[in-house]
Amino acid sequence: MAEPLIVIRGLSKSFGGLRATDRVDLDVPEGETHAVIGPNGAGKTTLIGQLAGDLKPDAGMTRFAGQDVTALDAPTRSRLGLARSFQITSIFRDFTAVDNVALAVQAHSGGSFRFWRPARAERALRDPALAVLDSVGLGDRADVLAANLAHGEQRQLEIAMALATRPRLLLLDEPVAGMGLEESQRMVRLLGGLKGRVTIVLVEHDMDAVFTLADRISVMVYGRIIATGTPEEVRGNAEVRRAYLGEEATL
Amino acid sequence: MIFALAALSLDLVLGYGGMVSFGHAAYLGIGAYAVGILAFYGVDNGFLQWSAAIAASAVAALVIGAISIRTSGVSFIMITLAFAQMLYYLGISLETYGGDNGMPLRTRSQFAGLIDLRNPYAFYYLVLALLVLFLVLGHRLVNARFGMVIRAAKSNEPRARAIGFSPFRYKLVAFVLAGGACGLAGALLANQTEYLTPEFMHWTRSGEIMFMVILGGMGTLFGPVLGAIVLLGLEDVLSALTEHWQIILGPFLVLVVLFAKRGLFGLLPGEVLRDG
Repeated sequence: MAEPLIVIRGLSKSFGGLRATDRVDLDVPEGETHAVIGPNGAGKTTLIGQLAGDLKPDAGMTRFAGQDVTALDAPTRSRLGLARSFQITSIFRDFTAVDNVALAVQAHSGGSFRFWRPARAERALRDPALAVLDSVGLGDRADVLAANLAHGEQRQLEIAMALATRPRLLLLDEPVAGMGLEESQRMVRLLGGLKGRVTIVLVEHDMDAVFTLADRISVMVYGRIIATGTPEEVRGNAEVRRAYLGEEATL
Repeated sequence: MIFALAALSLDLVLGYGGMVSFGHAAYLGIGAYAVGILAFYGVDNGFLQWSAAIAASAVAALVIGAISIRTSGVSFIMITLAFAQMLYYLGISLETYGGDNGMPLRTRSQFAGLIDLRNPYAFYYLVLALLVLFLVLGHRLVNARFGMVIRAAKSNEPRARAIGFSPFRYKLVAFVLAGGACGLAGALLANQTEYLTPEFMHWTRSGEIMFMVILGGMGTLFGPVLGAIVLLGLEDVLSALTEHWQIILGPFLVLVVLFAKRGLFGLLPGEVLRDG
């Protein structure tokens, strides 16, 4: 059997005395949608940061598509096919929606040491950008300044930027956080449509979203993964109930 | 107009690249000294002198940029300022070339009879032509792939990294291009004043260029040109009225910064020539 797309072994990161991630092991096979849940401060965002390459781990290693990427920085990992969204919406606010996506296309289509030809006139950047915007439902908002999009639309735009890099792995940090019911349902439909076509690791507090989308779930508490399994297994896990569901018994 | 060129080059770094370089006058000085020193040794050929001015300031920008761009915020400002002051004191210590008194330029740059810089009109139109040329180059640059990257990195660097750009290289190249262009402005300045002094590199000069950019409008192409004209014009007019003219100029700058986000350029009706 082929190696899983992501293999994490013993990944640790401390901030001062706090162990944000503590010897985390995780395998995510290609095509899976894998949710990481856990109480606030469990280290979920730190784990995403380490996967994306923004945080250097103190110990442990990460393999992506059979390659050791532990020492690679975020831009390099992005070019290998790792895309992410941020917990707090992160877009180019003073560019239009289509510019945002076109930049993502540009980052993955050869060098950008080109000084003469207007980038906005390059169909090789513009057309794929518009196609991706269409696919996330923002086709008619292409020329709106990103800062002027509604919150939900900005999150969709982030997904569009990630998809425009044609990733093999999508890292999503709370994709439906702060959304109204309708917005979050639209986002869940959007992500559901990606299921199977791209591997997804998502951190999320919204349990409806998690149980709708995830093939498998890992539960993180105090920097450690205490259980991994299918939604049913996790639901039935006694340790999970004790450590985590005590606070949110509605799971 | 020469300062408009210098301000334009700073705008590439400051307005589009988001790098607050507080030592931009250094390249002005290097450009001027390159011309002055070559003339001192009898090299009057303008093509040679000006190429040397551009090359020398671009190399200086490469070194300074390679170190300073690793930092940001206040550290970046301080490092660029420190380098400029270092060059300023270097200029003072160069006794051969006049030390802190500076030295006169032996003769204006010679262009093999193509153009005579001693003719004030010829010089004026040459500077104007260069300014227009750099405006065109700048316009192409900021809208080309390269410009999109540095503007994106200014707008949101973590996001730029997350989609796969390594901003450092692009910022460094922008820094070097701006340094080279400012070096050319320095070469022009030496020809205009026919004198070179370390004062070209003093930090107040850097501040003045930065004011031109901010006054005119950061991240616009014509803003720095407008800023240079208005700032130098105001200095002229106000200093004729009173010797304490800076008391008037200061609050004016504060007002512009407070109330005009895109500088004076942003106040123009309709912003017909928006570069965005």
